[in-house]
Amino acid sequence: MSEVLAWPATFVVAPFIEFGFMRRALIGCMALALGGGPVGVFLLLRRMSLIGDALSHAVLPGAAIGFLIAGLSLPAMSAGGLVAGLLTAALAGIVTRHSVLREDASFAAFYLISLALGVLLVSTRGSNVDLMHVLFGSVLAVDDAALLLVAAIATVTLLAVAAIYRPLVVESFDPDFLAAMGERGAVYHLALVGLVVLNLVAGFLALGTLMAVGLMMLPAAAARLWGRQVWSMAAIASAIGCVSGAAGLLVSYHADLPSGPSIILTAGAFYVISLVFGPNGGVLSRRPALRHRVA
Amino acid sequence: MIAADVRAVRVRDLTVTYDRHPAVHHLSGEFRPGSLTAVVGPNGAGKTTLLRAIAGTLPVSGGEIDLGGLKRREIGYLPQQAALDRGFPISVLDTVLLGHWGKVRGFFGVTRAMRAKAGEALAAVGMAGYEERQIGSLSAGQFQRVLFARVLLQDCRVVLLDEPFNAIDAKTTADLLDLVRRWHAEQRTVIAVLHDLEQVRQHFPETLLMARELVGWGATDGVLTAANQLKARSMAAGWDDHAPFCERDAA
Repeated sequence: MSEVLAWPATFVVAPFIEFGFMRRALIGCMALALGGGPVGVFLLLRRMSLIGDALSHAVLPGAAIGFLIAGLSLPAMSAGGLVAGLLTAALAGIVTRHSVLREDASFAAFYLISLALGVLLVSTRGSNVDLMHVLFGSVLAVDDAALLLVAAIATVTLLAVAAIYRPLVVESFDPDFLAAMGERGAVYHLALVGLVVLNLVAGFLALGTLMAVGLMMLPAAAARLWGRQVWSMAAIASAIGCVSGAAGLLVSYHADLPSGPSIILTAGAFYVISLVFGPNGGVLSRRPALRHRVA
Repeated sequence: MIAADVRAVRVRDLTVTYDRHPAVHHLSGEFRPGSLTAVVGPNGAGKTTLLRAIAGTLPVSGGEIDLGGLKRREIGYLPQQAALDRGFPISVLDTVLLGHWGKVRGFFGVTRAMRAKAGEALAAVGMAGYEERQIGSLSAGQFQRVLFARVLLQDCRVVLLDEPFNAIDAKTTADLLDLVRRWHAEQRTVIAVLHDLEQVRQHFPETLLMARELVGWGATDGVLTAANQLKARSMAAGWDDHAPFCERDAA
């Protein structure tokens, strides 16, 4: 009996007590989930989910240039990723505004150019191991400086989302009403894109550029199937992200699997469960009912 | 009763373009204070564009719009339903509460009094009890009532309605027309884009008939003549990619 009771402690708690790198990874994942949840929900509601993916690739050349200049330096790679992401977003915005191309097409064009440039830069100057590090990151190698940066970005994100929450909701739902109220919707749109880039920079330190967007979009997509209001979806997305981070780390630890993919696959499992059982549009909630109400 | 200092909404030589083609072309005139005006014309005549330009949601290419001293947010605007995302996760009450925009400050800015007023507005459009429903679960008519409640809450001296009775059943149309008549009685300036000319003749004393350019503006019976309607239909042809540039701008 005591062995049964001890199982959760040894399986769930012990790895985080015994190893500092596991504790740092857990805190890093939770910070990523707290900031990424609300941002992902807004991207999802504005039908911009794939733009998050495009931007996650777009930060690569910046991070690569930072890496080539300063090696595995956190400030250099973060600053490079941030500049590349914001530049891609700005260029895509300019193209959308001044040409017939829609936002998704312009983002796709710039991220593909950006991704190719990044891979070229890293592969010509660095080794395959370096490239793998930039592409896939390593949450278990997150040091205190990286942890502070991720936590700071999560804090800034939550404060910024709280400050622009109302106009962001209205801009997503009824942009003409916001414009009629004399507000500049583009300002809030750009602020959201800026927050996406910031969170992707935080994410690539831990999960790599290819998976940074996973902890942002999978919990958001799952939360859409449970929450009925934007704020509740944001809270649910953050919670799913936190649990995915913890569970993914444990799976990675016990099964000796890479941590990044384990975390994202756990978030993917939450998404699939939500897709089936989610009460707000999940598959089961939409099946033809055997009984119906009179009114 | 609305304050007596309501001033006219004037457009002077107004042009609004898409890709250099005019949707509204050198339009001039005024919506008298307290008037109830229908904006009619064939498809592509620029009716919605005119309303959106007045509401400030579209940039003006030429000329000007004088709101009579009102700020943009002091104009109530009911967009076409298609312009809104009906799948968005927002409740009926929260949608109506947007009518308090500008008065809400801080993280917990919606007061109990504001909620009560929103409830009253919903009751006035026959939607009491629907406060917690998601907008995605409403019929087109119910959703239009909710949007009217939002305009009601805005309590504006100028109200713009873009195709307010499209795809709405007769009962809902009659109820919402009552609301429009109430606004007119309160001396609010009401401007509505409409397609049903019989409805216009019955309920709207003034009409602006346009086909990108002005065809007629004034008392409804004098504007909706067979000759004017024929003229409007002939003017509202499609864009011509090889059309010369307008000389009136240079003049």
